[in-house]
Amino acid sequence: MRYLPLTEADRQSMLEAVRATSVEDLFRDVPKSARLAGPIGGLPNHMGELEVERLLGSMAAKNMPAGSVPSFLGAGAYRHHVPATVDHLVQRGEFLTAYTPYQPEVSQGTLQVLFEFQTQVALLTGMDVANASMYDGATSCAEAVMMANRITRRKKAILSGGLHPHYRDVTTTDARFIGFEAVALPAAPTGGEDLLALVDDKTACVVVQNPDVFGHVRDYTDLAAACQAKGALLIVVVTEALSLGLLTPPGDMGADIVAAEGQSFGNALNFGGPYVGLFTVKDKYVRQMPGRLCGETVDADGRRGFVLTLSTREQHIRREKATSNICTNSGLCALAFSIHVSLLGEAGITQLAQLNHAKAVQMADKLAAVPGVEVLNDGFFNEFTAKLPKPAAAVVEELAKRRILGGVPVSRLYPGEMEDLLLVAVTETNTDADMDAFAAALTEVLA
Amino acid sequence: MTKKFTKDHEWVQVDGDVATIGVTDFAQSQLGDVVFVELPEAGRELAQGKEAAVVESVKAASDVYAPVSGTVVEANQALVDDPSMVNSAAEGEGWFFKIQLKDASELDALMDEAAYKAFVEESH
Amino acid sequence: MSMNNQGRPSAIPAGAVSFDGVTGTVTGNRGLQIEEPLIFEQDSAGRTGVDLPDVPKVASRLGAVKPRAKVGLPGLAEPQVVRHYTRLSQKNYAIDSGFYPLGSCTMKHNPRLNEKMARLPGFSDVHPLQPVSTVQGALELMDQLAHWLKTLTGMAAVTLAPAAGAHGEMCGIMAIRAAHEAKGDSGRTKILVPESAHGTNPATAAACGYSVDSIPATADGRVDLEALKAKLGPDVAGLMLTNPNTCGLFERDIVEIADAVHEAGGYFYCDGANFNAIVGRVRPADLGIDVMHINLHKTFSTPHGGGGPGSGPVVFAESLAPYIPVPYVTHGKDGFALVENAGDGLAFGRMKAFHGQMGMFVRALSYMLSHGADGLWQASGDAVLNANYVMARLEDMMTASFEGPCMHECLFDDRFLKGTGVTTLDMAKALIDEGFHPMTMYFPLVVHGALLIEPTETESKASLDQFVEALRALAERAKSGDVAYFQAAPRLTPRRRLDETAAARKPVLRWTPPVVAEAVAAE
Repeated sequence: MRYLPLTEADRQSMLEAVRATSVEDLFRDVPKSARLAGPIGGLPNHMGELEVERLLGSMAAKNMPAGSVPSFLGAGAYRHHVPATVDHLVQRGEFLTAYTPYQPEVSQGTLQVLFEFQTQVALLTGMDVANASMYDGATSCAEAVMMANRITRRKKAILSGGLHPHYRDVTTTDARFIGFEAVALPAAPTGGEDLLALVDDKTACVVVQNPDVFGHVRDYTDLAAACQAKGALLIVVVTEALSLGLLTPPGDMGADIVAAEGQSFGNALNFGGPYVGLFTVKDKYVRQMPGRLCGETVDADGRRGFVLTLSTREQHIRREKATSNICTNSGLCALAFSIHVSLLGEAGITQLAQLNHAKAVQMADKLAAVPGVEVLNDGFFNEFTAKLPKPAAAVVEELAKRRILGGVPVSRLYPGEMEDLLLVAVTETNTDADMDAFAAALTEVLA
Repeated sequence: MTKKFTKDHEWVQVDGDVATIGVTDFAQSQLGDVVFVELPEAGRELAQGKEAAVVESVKAASDVYAPVSGTVVEANQALVDDPSMVNSAAEGEGWFFKIQLKDASELDALMDEAAYKAFVEESH
Repeated sequence: MSMNNQGRPSAIPAGAVSFDGVTGTVTGNRGLQIEEPLIFEQDSAGRTGVDLPDVPKVASRLGAVKPRAKVGLPGLAEPQVVRHYTRLSQKNYAIDSGFYPLGSCTMKHNPRLNEKMARLPGFSDVHPLQPVSTVQGALELMDQLAHWLKTLTGMAAVTLAPAAGAHGEMCGIMAIRAAHEAKGDSGRTKILVPESAHGTNPATAAACGYSVDSIPATADGRVDLEALKAKLGPDVAGLMLTNPNTCGLFERDIVEIADAVHEAGGYFYCDGANFNAIVGRVRPADLGIDVMHINLHKTFSTPHGGGGPGSGPVVFAESLAPYIPVPYVTHGKDGFALVENAGDGLAFGRMKAFHGQMGMFVRALSYMLSHGADGLWQASGDAVLNANYVMARLEDMMTASFEGPCMHECLFDDRFLKGTGVTTLDMAKALIDEGFHPMTMYFPLVVHGALLIEPTETESKASLDQFVEALRALAERAKSGDVAYFQAAPRLTPRRRLDETAAARKPVLRWTPPVVAEAVAAE
């Protein structure tokens, strides 16, 4: 077995050292009835690399990689070009196979990366402080709501109908079990919600998304001020982090907490995970934050160094009084995010965001020209909602047969609702030819 | 002015019907370098034995319980700004909060200085 | 007398100037250990590490929102970025470069085949919301992983959704709560947790609205069965227990424990953090466990990545099988199907935005296939043998907390340091200078100054021998009274001991531009 360095001779001499007759003898505390007599049945024996590659390769071959066809899927996961440098650096064993940096003297690499990551995320969202990442955007959102409950000592959250329904469901699942109220508004494909009217003296927070799940871009400045005047916090969710390269950030709008998905930078689609949750807050709320935080300090020689800090908030110290039970985060995905953002820099991120927006505008115009198709958005970033004359799910299946991944049917996210709506996302990876092929295929399918 | 102690290592000093409360010098020595305190706001009602404040060192977070029932009249803002005062003057400038006593008889069950000293020596 | 002034000097000249007070070099670098400023300190406006196409000239359509003025990110070219992260990586310890004896963390070798498989475009470049007809291979992989996990645990059902171990714990406790609620039993408000438990256990139970009642340990490091029985009753929702436990011991009474919990109407949650000790040899279902999470990043070799991402699938016995979160894979008439909405079923909700940590699923299955049933049998056997070997080789110099055999990890306490002035932390820091990552310290809480060592099966005997020799020498040195040596350790790392008190008192959690920093300082 290639992963096991002990030889049979090693095992014999080690058994002598531990005064045991056999390895099985070391399992004598296990009730006899539960001890298997030999390797477990029903599973194959070991395989060489070649055999594993063949087996897994055959499964992979049954999928249609988004990059192999014109692809316009978004709704919380976006296909961007990841520079070769990112994956090369992420695969350095010193990053890939390191443990959580609890021992700072042997983890300055990971710690400095986290400090830089926190700074990048704070800058992008326009907020004061970011943590060292969460599992994904949806869990960030739910944690933000629970944090608002702690800060305001209130227990009701108002969830906008523009919030991604999976984010809504993760939050309402937590609400059910953790014991708070989450009032989820019906889907709002064209907006027009009066969120403020629902804010009362029991409301801890209002959760909105920008751009929202239907692609609409909104200014939440007035809502933030109005919520705060009523003692509630405004949580802004962002599922397409690249939008922060172009749009006024939530921090400038007055958001108290920002919960975002960072997959767009440095991370592949991976069929939904692992991704990287971003979490930023105003300074005054730092001690109520969930998750790990990296801070600057000095070492015994007075040189700058970094440590995990404010860890008394966390489960390994506070146990049942912790701010959250989160332990593992998304370290390596945060590293990929950070490297990609470092490569882009100020100039790159602005241009990339503009490029995405311009291409989406072009695509929207092309689709609006297809007979029977209407684009619902006035303002959007790189994703918009199209209204079709036929059920979108069937149209998407037809497009897939023509080897085009033509967006996400809204009914996939809201079963049985809004069956004629289609979410279309456009990124820098889509060529003019991709866009023309999509418009032409859609014309054909709708005809 | 009487000073009393609890088994949870809080001290309480009574002046009229106002009690000043903090953690003992022994407690601070066990906590190590204190980095943060969270104090109750004025006006909050506290019941004896219930959580009233939090004190944190780098590696530990502890709750401070109200040794007696009452209403908070003042929290030590200077301590919030400089939590290291818990280490330098636990039983002086490093006091946590003051409360208006609700039932002075609650003090009777607490230890005096000698009894507390004996308690610490016995249990640690 | 002739002097040879040519060639290499044999002594450091008396007048050597220490330009940098610490390193003695002008740059502060020490040979291969190179200092690296923050990425923000290497900014040059307009510079970038990417070349992008021109932006098509179209009228922007941002609605009511204005474009932002600036983000504030630094500009670097690609070579600078590569060097930055390469230098930073060199300041990390890693399983690729050395031994991590971290108890309860299972830092084993991370096979590179797993990385290669996870990067096949058929897995990595698939969108979670593609039509199901275009992702049949991805669903097949999830189904296969589920089959392996169910077979290895003997359980009826599995959810792959949770993102990490703690997330899996949440999922398991939520399922227990959902099951009690479905029976109309609302009187169960307590979860029992042993004193030795990992901090996430009480944190999870409390997060799910339960009060936590702690169970004492016996003198031999196991759950006190009688004390447990005394606490069981109609108010107990369940028990959370790690097995093998965090002292590295198998809970001998586990079947009786499970029976007692079931008799009282509760469920038995097992924290699967230590599954590596028994994988392929003991099926948790045969121990009476109802629900257990599995850390793919421990037992099944997916990389820790400096703190994540993990993956925490949860297996369920028949009794809890209906109470799982969405999504899950089923066998439909046209191949695999994906259930994404609870509908009228008993599924209790959703844990995560999409379908779980697919990238980790591929790696874990790649590991399972590589080992196979025979390899896993050998792997858990070697893991337990290695831990017992370390314990046997150290028990005359250090103080083992409990009598063996241990399982995959061995626990020592600090009695052997009594009177030396050297602490567990000092020992660990001195170990760093010897080229080892410290063991888990001060956990579990049931013994004083704990040192918990888990070698895993992927360490060779030579590597264990070197580790043991280093620890023995350090223990000897501690007993000889050389406190100063320990307190100054580590000496050879890129940074020496860091001031964690200062970091916590005045937290600096991000870089701020110098101009702003000066302005703040002047306030």
